[in-house]
Amino acid sequence: MALRKVSNKPGSEKAWHWFTIFLLFFFAVLMFIPFLWLLTSSFKTQNQIFQYPPSWIPNPFRPGNYVRALTYKPFALYFRNSMIIATLNVIAVVFTASFCAYGFARIRFKGREFWFGVVMATLFLPYTILIVPNFLIFTKLGWVNTFLPLTVPLFFGGGAFNIFLLRQFFRTIPEELADAARIDGCTEFGIYWRIFLPLAKPALITVGIFTFLAAWNDLLGPIIYLRSPDKFTVAAGLASFRSQTDISWDLQLAAATAMTVPVILLFFFTQRYFIKGIVMTGLKG
Amino acid sequence: MIDAKTTTPAKTKASRFSLAQRRTIVGYIFITPFILGFIFWFLTPALVAANLTFQKWNLISAPRYIGFQNIERLFNDPILLQSLKSTLIYTFASVPVGLIFAFFLALLINTQIPGIAIFRTIYFLPSIVPAVAGALLWAWIFNTEFGLLNAAIRALGGAKIAWLQEPSWAMIAFIIMSTWGVGGAMIIFLAGLQGIPDVYYEAADLDGAGRWNKLVNVTIPLMSPVIFFNLIIGFINSFQVFVQALLMTNGGPQNSTLFLVLYIYRTAFQSTNMGYAAALSWLLFFFLMIFSFIVFKVLGNRVYYEAPGN
Repeated sequence: MALRKVSNKPGSEKAWHWFTIFLLFFFAVLMFIPFLWLLTSSFKTQNQIFQYPPSWIPNPFRPGNYVRALTYKPFALYFRNSMIIATLNVIAVVFTASFCAYGFARIRFKGREFWFGVVMATLFLPYTILIVPNFLIFTKLGWVNTFLPLTVPLFFGGGAFNIFLLRQFFRTIPEELADAARIDGCTEFGIYWRIFLPLAKPALITVGIFTFLAAWNDLLGPIIYLRSPDKFTVAAGLASFRSQTDISWDLQLAAATAMTVPVILLFFFTQRYFIKGIVMTGLKG
Repeated sequence: MIDAKTTTPAKTKASRFSLAQRRTIVGYIFITPFILGFIFWFLTPALVAANLTFQKWNLISAPRYIGFQNIERLFNDPILLQSLKSTLIYTFASVPVGLIFAFFLALLINTQIPGIAIFRTIYFLPSIVPAVAGALLWAWIFNTEFGLLNAAIRALGGAKIAWLQEPSWAMIAFIIMSTWGVGGAMIIFLAGLQGIPDVYYEAADLDGAGRWNKLVNVTIPLMSPVIFFNLIIGFINSFQVFVQALLMTNGGPQNSTLFLVLYIYRTAFQSTNMGYAAALSWLLFFFLMIFSFIVFKVLGNRVYYEAPGN
């Protein structure tokens, strides 16, 4: 907004422009400092970490922290586990949430409003309120210490929030497109699969990224359901790292950086769709 | 391929059902995953939790019905009182601070200067940092002796602060940390700002409105649905704060960061008192319900919606 309009006072406009740029830099530095601190500290020796005043340049430079941190616990295995869970979650959400969303958005049937009301009612209820009973149910099913509690539930609709977002998106696609396909003899499933899914690509990518991040970053689910260390996710592994006081800060910070890198890479590779998707899914209100 | 399988039954049904009936069948097929999920992972656990509330069970010996004891305990549990207090203070401080900051950043990055994408990325990135990694990082930044923040304070001539050892400072530390991660709300605000048609600002210019005037009388009213959305999301998220409290302070000092979800987690999985944990979960549920209701009632009517078609 700040630079939107040219006023009739060019002098003040120019000052405002530089003031905005100053603010942009100021907050960029403020937001970036923790990252930089994490990154440089992860290459320091334990001695240099416990040094006052702190210094920014690691000396000596210790990339070996990463090797030690990531082999101290089987992080390759944790990484694989996290990847399996996150990938299954993404598949579940992309296909089942869009499937349900199509029904809510494009088919007029009795009871639709009621069930969509149920979606809306559960929209703002976090899964944390049900961790205790769900734990008992998964215990009864014999699912504790498997990936099932962290993956199977999402195959049932993929979460109210995702259904809601994709429904909003599907409603913006012109009905003529579906009608043309119907005349050609396409079924509703065909219209969903051949027309709506391809058109929804940016929205699906956005929902997929959010799902991946949520699964990758989740700690509560893994520490409740995964008991044996060989089932741990990266988040659970890193948390157990933290609770063992014998592990030094240099290794903790190296492992924390290593856990953050995949997330940042994912963001950079999908950035284009990401922002577009947020706009398209009607999140803007 | 998928069509080949699905068209055949649909065609045979055509003879037996009317068009409306067929549409209803197809409609229900589409929403079946959600309905099943709702029954399996929502309704059933809610009933299990309701039943559990009247039991004493430590997962090892057989569960025993104890009537309303767990519910009575809710009303005279000093730790719960402290936990509720902490959760509410955290929510009512971190959400408004975070929203204002996110809105401010969104205004800043809603400009067309070269390299603005870099700023957008830098502001957004903290919000996708995994909570576990973020907690380790901030525990180190807030370290009393060697942390970055105290180093900066001391360099400016201040005295060092025991961030994570003093109850009131620990709360402030958590609020600072959550403010760092407002990138998600900021991007949603940015999308909203970019959706405001230029004509509104042109009209305001004609009326000779200044920047502040345009912000208060054009931008904020038009953004009210987005602000409302971010407010709800912010409240829901802050009610669930858990990971940072578990890893950075483990609920301390003096239970000042023993937020409700952490208290539920401890009751269920460390003290293995499943019955009382279920009662606590119901309490959290009622809190969220009452809260959403109030927010919708009080703010819902004041939110300005533009005519649909955008």
